Amino acid sequence: MKRRTFLAQSAAAGTVLASGLATRAMAADPFKVGYIYVGAVGDGGWNYQHDQARLAMEKHFDGKVKTSIIENVPEGADAERALTQLALAGNKLIYATSFGFMDAVIATAKKFPQVKFEHATGYKLAPNVSTYSARFYQGRYVIGTIAGRMTKTNKIGYIGAFPIPEVIRGINAAYIAAKKVNPDVEMKIVWAYTWGDPGKEADAAQALIDAGVDVLMQHTDSTAPMAKAKAAGIVAFGQASDMAQYKPTPRISAIIDNWTPYYIDRTKAAMDGSWKSEAVWYGIGEGMVKIGEITDAVPADVKAEALKIKDEIAKGTLKPFTGPLNKQDGSVWLKDGESADDGTLAGMNFYVEGIKSDIPK
Amino acid sequence: MLRLEKRPMPSRFWTAVTPVLAVILTMVAGGILFALLGKPPVEAIRVIFWDPLFGANNFYTLPQMLVKAGPLILIAIGLSLGFRAGIWNIGAEGQYIMGAICGAAVALAFYPAEHWYIFPLMVIAGALGGWIWAMIPAVLKIKFGTNEILVSLMLVYVAENILSWVSFGPLRNPQGYGFPGSRNLQQYPSAHNADLIPNTGLHWGVVAAFLAVIGAYVLLNRHILGYQIRVAGQAPRAARFAGVSPSRLFAFCLGTSGALAGLAGLFEVAGPSGQLSPDFNVGYGFTAIIVAFLGRLHPVGILLAGFLMALTYIGGELAQLSLNLPSAAIQAFQGMLLFFLLAFDLLSNYRVRWKEHAAKEIAK
Amino acid sequence: MMIGGIDIVVLIATLMVASTPILLAATGELVAEKSGVLNLGVEGMMIMGAICGFIAAVHTDSPALGFLAAAAGGIAMSLIFALLTQLLLSNQVATGLALTLFGLGLSSLVGQGYNGVKPPPSPDVNLGPLEQIPVIGDILFRHDWMVYVSLGLVAATWAVLRYTRAGLILRAVGENHDAAHALGYRVRLVRTLALAYGGACAGLGGAYISLVRVPQWSDGMTAGSGWIALAIVVFASWRPWRVLLGAYIFGGVTVLQLRLQAAGIAIPVQLLSMAPYLVTILVLVIMSARRGRAAMGAPASLGRIFHASS
Repeated sequence: MKRRTFLAQSAAAGTVLASGLATRAMAADPFKVGYIYVGAVGDGGWNYQHDQARLAMEKHFDGKVKTSIIENVPEGADAERALTQLALAGNKLIYATSFGFMDAVIATAKKFPQVKFEHATGYKLAPNVSTYSARFYQGRYVIGTIAGRMTKTNKIGYIGAFPIPEVIRGINAAYIAAKKVNPDVEMKIVWAYTWGDPGKEADAAQALIDAGVDVLMQHTDSTAPMAKAKAAGIVAFGQASDMAQYKPTPRISAIIDNWTPYYIDRTKAAMDGSWKSEAVWYGIGEGMVKIGEITDAVPADVKAEALKIKDEIAKGTLKPFTGPLNKQDGSVWLKDGESADDGTLAGMNFYVEGIKSDIPK
Repeated sequence: MLRLEKRPMPSRFWTAVTPVLAVILTMVAGGILFALLGKPPVEAIRVIFWDPLFGANNFYTLPQMLVKAGPLILIAIGLSLGFRAGIWNIGAEGQYIMGAICGAAVALAFYPAEHWYIFPLMVIAGALGGWIWAMIPAVLKIKFGTNEILVSLMLVYVAENILSWVSFGPLRNPQGYGFPGSRNLQQYPSAHNADLIPNTGLHWGVVAAFLAVIGAYVLLNRHILGYQIRVAGQAPRAARFAGVSPSRLFAFCLGTSGALAGLAGLFEVAGPSGQLSPDFNVGYGFTAIIVAFLGRLHPVGILLAGFLMALTYIGGELAQLSLNLPSAAIQAFQGMLLFFLLAFDLLSNYRVRWKEHAAKEIAK
Repeated sequence: MMIGGIDIVVLIATLMVASTPILLAATGELVAEKSGVLNLGVEGMMIMGAICGFIAAVHTDSPALGFLAAAAGGIAMSLIFALLTQLLLSNQVATGLALTLFGLGLSSLVGQGYNGVKPPPSPDVNLGPLEQIPVIGDILFRHDWMVYVSLGLVAATWAVLRYTRAGLILRAVGENHDAAHALGYRVRLVRTLALAYGGACAGLGGAYISLVRVPQWSDGMTAGSGWIALAIVVFASWRPWRVLLGAYIFGGVTVLQLRLQAAGIAIPVQLLSMAPYLVTILVLVIMSARRGRAAMGAPASLGRIFHASS
């Protein structure tokens, strides 16, 4: 076994690479970009959407960019190794697409100062680490409006993956929007404790349907709840991808993760040297969150209302979390006209007033 | 017609040759699979088996093999003792989880104090956590005759639910923005199981794995208990006449394997992994069962089998990134490798003969 | 009938559907284990059944053909296992684990390109007047036909094991393979057939997830059902009707906890999720403590390698 130390090696690799770049024409070699995914790209949800965006990005650069992926990477030690492998293989920009990779990204970035890292949904930055996430709650505010208008039983069902801020934020946004257009609305929430277990999601959907909900929202990946909604004759919203195969009902609209523009921008920035470490949190306005086509199953006036809200959010004139808003316990959270700051949103661990159930502890 | 004749002792020759044969056949079959997927077969095999060992980046991949093989070997050594005696602990995954939880809990209880004795206490807690979890099936077996295969397997699911609960509840990082998972022990010097020599991958868990190999070897070859284990496995009735107490053997084998699995979990959570999270366990406990059998339940064999498994993991990742092989292809490939290795085991334990020939020998 | 905000009739009707995959897989595994073979590869056979059934159903537009293909896929997997453990005498525990690994990988490879595809629907069986019977009609007579197939398989398995010569031979092989061999039974053949039945049932169970319960294809979608099936066989102490009970309890706990949440009742999810496994251990202990191994139903040769020495 060779006893060379790691840092000396990678530093040496760096200088060799740098001198190589100096002598060789840069255009000849494609710019290498790596991705790691926590699950399989065939999951049809979160990882699938990232991978679709990767492919679109690669196509956009038409041979000037070459991407590699490592999928099914468990969080922890394996993530750090996968990231290091990608860096050693000459990738100059690496996207890590799961929250749980956070510490591994920071550790790897320290070892490879010349490589740029992009970490999805995390909160730790470094000179060569950016974070990016989407304001999905904006999308949930839009479909929450539709849900509030569409429900006849005044009961909206919500399937949550895990009780974490990301999901709680979405529940609150949807509830606030629905309540604004329909003061009698009630939100029934079921935690599946999984991001993607189709069987369990189906059970969760059925439980909500039997509890009387006639609009279903989900923050899990599979189309299983869609199938249940269809059988029950109620409406639902696509999640992560468009889920277009369930148009026009039960799928009346969708929140789509659209990473492609971001991947193109950041890859371009890394190629031309303008890349900087930033914490990006984009929403509808920047195109990272897309609202899937609102089908004709939705009355025209409701559709128009939803689209108007979407436009106002995109322009920034409407912020979903704007006072007066109270927390669930009745204490004042936001005063009239006051909007929530990003820090509070990022760590949101409470429901707003009106939601009946408790967040599991 | 072919028939099988059990060898009185496993053949040393075939025990050494069959793994090589199996690996070669896996390469052929795997090559076909990769070719069907439209990937260059020879290159794929080279990337998986050669590059981690001798490739350009082996200064990194070789230490990583230690990191990956360490827990597998440590757990498999413990399991092999029981397997030899006919005691089936297949719940090492649960014992691994419980060891990690107990060890991490000790560390988090002291956080942020820095003392030299924190890490040793964690090690004891980790071993104890795994030991207790394994003693549940042992005690049930001794007291009631309950099947230990099934109890130990059931306890894996219980442990997974406990892991989920502590990651969301008592051990959650209070500064983690509400996300599940504990503090990162890598950032807590007194608790961190760091590389003993930086960037070699050689952390205490790997040291423990090597010690376990040596210990198991000595135990099995030089110690009365090792002798009892072997007798109990080969001739249970004879063992009883020879005064071997089945209860003691059960407690020892299950307890030891549990403690070693717990240690593996502790070293992992304090070292390479860093934190408890609902997805902390990645199947080492189950893979170790396979490693134990690939190693023919022999300490040295397990050492080699652990490295072979680690090689396919790391080579598999390399193949993903350099050849765009899907990770599923690697999984299927690993499955095939195991099939071939298990199948060829036949040759070390049995003689393959023509029926006529065998009949003649009996007639003599 | 409402108890604590939960409609019991609907709960039972739903848990029957939710439990069908694990019921099918557990019924098959029961037969395999009764013959003395412990196949830990149930998860791998289920997921292969899920994808084979899905592909066949999508291309033929027939769920029935899909289920046939699923059974075939499960059988193919089980034959790999049989080849290794029966002919080549490999260790069953390790081979089963390898089978699961292999199945998960292969299914994902075969399933590439089937994300987002919708399979043909499997309609509920129309049982006419039976559906109108209060309570019982709602619980029993408004399901798709695979639910009835699964119940039929449990009954058939029970009857065959208990009343037929084939069942007797199977049990004899599982109890004492050396004695069965001495009596002239072909131990390996019996076990291979039992394994194939187990594979077929696991395949059907997998396809029930991908074709009826969800219906869609995504990688690893069986999500551990195969392991639950293994637990159920133990819980049932190797008796078919208890497998039915066990499957409904295991499936029912998941359904119940989701329903309690939907009814707004706060519950410790993890505690409830681990409860069936704790109960299984308890059942094991009680049975083994009370009447010893023979009454427990555990096949005495379970997991042991058979090699005819004479």
